[in-house]
Amino acid sequence: MELTSLTIHELSERLSRKEVSAVEVTKAFLGRIGEVDGKTRAYITVTAEAALEAAERADGMLARKDDVTPMTGIPVSVKDIFCTRGIRTTCASKILGNFIPPYDSTVVKKLKGSGAVLLGKTNMDEFAMGSSTENSAFFKTLNPWAPDRVPGGSSGGSAAAMAASECAASVGTDTGGSIRQPAACCGVVGLKPTYGRVSRFGMVAFASSLDQAGPFTRDVTDAAIMLKVMAGHDPLDSTSVNMEVPDYRSFLAAGCKGLKVGIPKEYFIEGMDPDVEKAVRDALDVLKGAGAELVPVSLPHTEYAVAVYYLVATAEASSNLARYDGVKYGLRVNEAGNLLDMYKKTRDSGFGGEVKRRIMLGTYSLSAGYYEAYYKKASQVRTLVRDDFSAAFKTCDVIATPTAPTAAFRLGEKIEDPLTMYLSDIFTISCNLAGIPGISVPCGLILGWKVDEGTVLRTAYAYEQATEWHKRRPAI
Amino acid sequence: MSITKQDVLHVAELARLALSEEEMELYTRQLQRILNYVEKLSELDTRGVVPTTYTVPLAHAMREDVTAPSIPQEEALQNAPEKDRGCFKVPQVIE
Repeated sequence: MELTSLTIHELSERLSRKEVSAVEVTKAFLGRIGEVDGKTRAYITVTAEAALEAAERADGMLARKDDVTPMTGIPVSVKDIFCTRGIRTTCASKILGNFIPPYDSTVVKKLKGSGAVLLGKTNMDEFAMGSSTENSAFFKTLNPWAPDRVPGGSSGGSAAAMAASECAASVGTDTGGSIRQPAACCGVVGLKPTYGRVSRFGMVAFASSLDQAGPFTRDVTDAAIMLKVMAGHDPLDSTSVNMEVPDYRSFLAAGCKGLKVGIPKEYFIEGMDPDVEKAVRDALDVLKGAGAELVPVSLPHTEYAVAVYYLVATAEASSNLARYDGVKYGLRVNEAGNLLDMYKKTRDSGFGGEVKRRIMLGTYSLSAGYYEAYYKKASQVRTLVRDDFSAAFKTCDVIATPTAPTAAFRLGEKIEDPLTMYLSDIFTISCNLAGIPGISVPCGLILGWKVDEGTVLRTAYAYEQATEWHKRRPAI
Repeated sequence: MSITKQDVLHVAELARLALSEEEMELYTRQLQRILNYVEKLSELDTRGVVPTTYTVPLAHAMREDVTAPSIPQEEALQNAPEKDRGCFKVPQVIE
């Protein structure tokens, strides 16, 4: 098998047995990027030189057996939403097109500290707003399984890079499904941890009460390895959870015998693609075969989740994106020479259509006279959505659902119709509203209660052991 | 609720966006459609429901007041579109 097709734990074994060096592994991935990225367009920036230097350092660590972790010498990519010191960080927006951060995000700092090798920054929907990566200000990313289809979004570059073997793991962000939905579209594993489990410091903010970073990997074991490195309290993010980070791999072997898997009837709805429904039903049978007990649960406010999300997320976004004003960094358009005009023109030419639409919606719903009817109402219904989960988890250990109502859709299919695009997130959004963890594996989504990533990973692992999906690679 | 072009103009002003005539028309239409959709929340009686703004229990995060090095001025200014004598430079504000 090609080096670029291996999992983190397989690569790590070969590295520690000295069968291959970190420099060789990094060169293999850079070669693969050179070979296929012209087709997939998964990367915005490739940092070949810095990657080879980091690989040399990793080889030094491996030789000295000095601070070696399961990530030492493993080539990864990160979504271009994470600040990287000295490396352009664009958020796929023209307004940050020339932004070079003077510091690393905590996630990147932790990955570097573990000895991981950063290959580059992946494409995304501008400011993580979208479900297809078509909203990137630079170019579209294609789905490696079918070039006429989207890779999903907003972390579509990370998912495509994984599917095309252009990195061994990637880091994305998930505000309403932006890790899990592209993972499903590209046939890889995508984990959104509990809100606050991973520091948001240095991660460009979209909707601060929903945003969470998480890994893309080839299998569930790798997701456990990545989460262990990424998770933890950060004094620089006061919303990060201050709890010990367990060794997530230690949960995996327990299997799912006797585990109660909740099946919410609201997630098997009319209009769902019959192929998707069949695939998910088959996956549930696999869990049952592995000893899990399937129990019906109800999440009665599911149908309101999309409406809540698009009010809450856009309100937070309109506030977060107020900082892009052409003063301290990023684009400045200054034709008239007066400050107010500079703000307005900079923002109008720097932001793309979807970003402006969301800023407008958020500003509207927060403006005088509408706050009660929209933002406050949405925040109240958010409580009801959260309470649904808290009631359901009294009768089950995890919840299994489809990740998306359809498989990857065609490029251009939904881009003209924002509302239809928003509805493609219908199964992933509630999880962010409730702040709970969720993992998308081929093919289905498993949700757990807060900070219980261990049980989520354990269930996903039991499913994976009984299937072969995670071993498939596209012919690109 | 119905949204007029006048509303969109007002919101664009608040959001500091110099929208073109074309964008104005488009957003009036699209925002109306989205607002019609979110109208479904009014089906629910939420009297007395406490709004959720954060999903993890948060306490005030306190820390020791210690000095630590921060980003040097030169680096903090390295991305500035315009700078002058160690400051961010903006168009004239006061006549």
